[in-house]
Amino acid sequence: MTTAVGSTRRDPRRRGGRPVWDEQPTRIGQTAKGVLVGLVLLAVLFPLWVVVVTSFSTADAITRAGGLVIVPDGFSLGAYAELLSGSVVTRSVLVSTGVTVVGTLFSTVVTLLAAYGLSRPGSFLHRPLLFMVLLTFLFGPGLIPTYLLVNSLGLLDTYAALVLPGAVAAFNLVVLRSFFMNLPQEVIDSARIDGASEFGVLTRIVLPLSKGVTAVIALFYGVGYWNAFFNAFLYLNSNDKWPLQLVLRTYVLQGQSIPGASAVDSTLTGTGGVVATLAIKMAVIVLAVIPVLVVYPFVQKHFTKGVIVGAIKG
Amino acid sequence: MPGADLLERPPVQPRTPAAAGRRAGWRRRLKRDWVLLVMVAPAIGLLTVFHYVPLLGNVVAFQDYSPFVGMVYSPWVGLSNFARIMEDPEFWSATANTLVITAFQLVFYFPIPIGLALLVHSLMSPRLRMFVQSVVYLPHFFSWVLVITLFQQMLGGAGVLNQVLRANGVATFDVMTNPDLFIALVTSQSVWKDAGWGAIVFLAALATIDTSLYEAAAVDGANRWRRMWHVTLPALVPVIVLLLILRLGEALTVGFEQFLLQRDAVGQEAAEVLDTYVYFTGVVNADFSYAAAAGLIKGLIGLLLVLAANRVAHMVGEQGVYSR
Repeated sequence: MTTAVGSTRRDPRRRGGRPVWDEQPTRIGQTAKGVLVGLVLLAVLFPLWVVVVTSFSTADAITRAGGLVIVPDGFSLGAYAELLSGSVVTRSVLVSTGVTVVGTLFSTVVTLLAAYGLSRPGSFLHRPLLFMVLLTFLFGPGLIPTYLLVNSLGLLDTYAALVLPGAVAAFNLVVLRSFFMNLPQEVIDSARIDGASEFGVLTRIVLPLSKGVTAVIALFYGVGYWNAFFNAFLYLNSNDKWPLQLVLRTYVLQGQSIPGASAVDSTLTGTGGVVATLAIKMAVIVLAVIPVLVVYPFVQKHFTKGVIVGAIKG
Repeated sequence: MPGADLLERPPVQPRTPAAAGRRAGWRRRLKRDWVLLVMVAPAIGLLTVFHYVPLLGNVVAFQDYSPFVGMVYSPWVGLSNFARIMEDPEFWSATANTLVITAFQLVFYFPIPIGLALLVHSLMSPRLRMFVQSVVYLPHFFSWVLVITLFQQMLGGAGVLNQVLRANGVATFDVMTNPDLFIALVTSQSVWKDAGWGAIVFLAALATIDTSLYEAAAVDGANRWRRMWHVTLPALVPVIVLLLILRLGEALTVGFEQFLLQRDAVGQEAAEVLDTYVYFTGVVNADFSYAAAAGLIKGLIGLLLVLAANRVAHMVGEQGVYSR
């Protein structure tokens, strides 16, 4: 018996075939599962669909729909043209992009270096330094002391306050470190025997072997910086320094009018003005989503490959 | 001379710290490892300045801190801030809200990633499975501002729901500003954002189940539901127990940004949780010492809960968070 089906041991589902012992599903069961999957997909994709369609809609289409547009009806880039023509939103997109690029580079490099530096048990001060990193998991410093510190360092209302306080995530560091430690040590040892410096080993041997996990860590940092709302909310006073998330919250979620973009329109209560504002608001949402959607497919394959699962399991 | 270097360092893996410590004095180890220390330095420096220094800054909880005088010269007041907190009904209301929301989410959020993982795992077509996984992981990478804005566009006063109701002549209602529905609203937001991501761990556990177990069960006459009950669920139990314990360890933490962003819309009574309470008393009302004391209470109880949760995890034979 075991030999007969033994060849299908490695999860036969992966080949798309149904194993012989599995009964054919009932039609009702199949339908129910299909409906359920459809509902799950719809729940995620429908809001995004509505937002994207409305952002590309003309003012007339929005009036006809009585608000958000579900079925595409006409096409207009007006909202984006208005947003990207030097308004507060344009600035915030630049600020967010800058903070994300600089912050991600900085965090990833610092984390890579530290993860490699801590990847050799028995090196000088290895245990106390690792302990310092791990201890941060257990007890956060608290909101008020952190705020007072950032204040006394003179970082209030600077971009540095958006990057430095959370620049190193202990979780990412530990994930990278355990990945480095599981690399074949013979390769690293032989490189060192050949006279490679520690830095050379890291850049020429370890990094090329760790592309996937490094990409995932960089994505985590990048998404974190792009999505960061609270640090900017807490530390920035002047709204010409606002990142996109803060603009999204103030002008879309709270519904305040966007200075510089359709400022005249939004003060009008007439249909034309209000609907144009709606398309602009939806366009702000789309701008906030785009970077995530662009980067996601490149890194997504690593999630299913198990990089992250290994990480979550510690 | 690389050869001599090799002799000093035991080439056999793994090198235990104790063995290395015995073989080389600290001067020699410093000389050998200083490059590694330089590499670690930036991260340790950042953690020191932005984690350990503010950790010490919690002493303001025992002071009557004034930003104009500074931490060094502010008068010490002992435990009077803590005494004030104990008598503050708003603190207790925030605590109650936090615990009620945690309990609600344990019942209505926690099982959903498990169900989702079972659903995805049961899909036969690998391409469809990949597609569904890609879609359900995606919202995890959206910010809270974005998630709440999307919910507002769907369920808010000017959202799709009310648009449809209005078009059909039915009375409208705004889900986003209703305090009675708030707990269900924040839970469904959490589900929308993170249930897919939470399913990853369960999918990994499902992938490790030996299919010969299913085969044997099928031969013994178990139908697919009985196979799920007797084979699949027992394999998930360790993961479920671990995650449940970890969640209980964080009972005092519910999403901070999520509540901060919606507190104005639904009112303080329903939406104030411990984290937002600390923020509003401290930063907004500038009562730094008082808020730091509240934060310290939350942090210490949270620490005790995490330690207790880990002890329980070890007792039931699981790894917990810090047994690495």
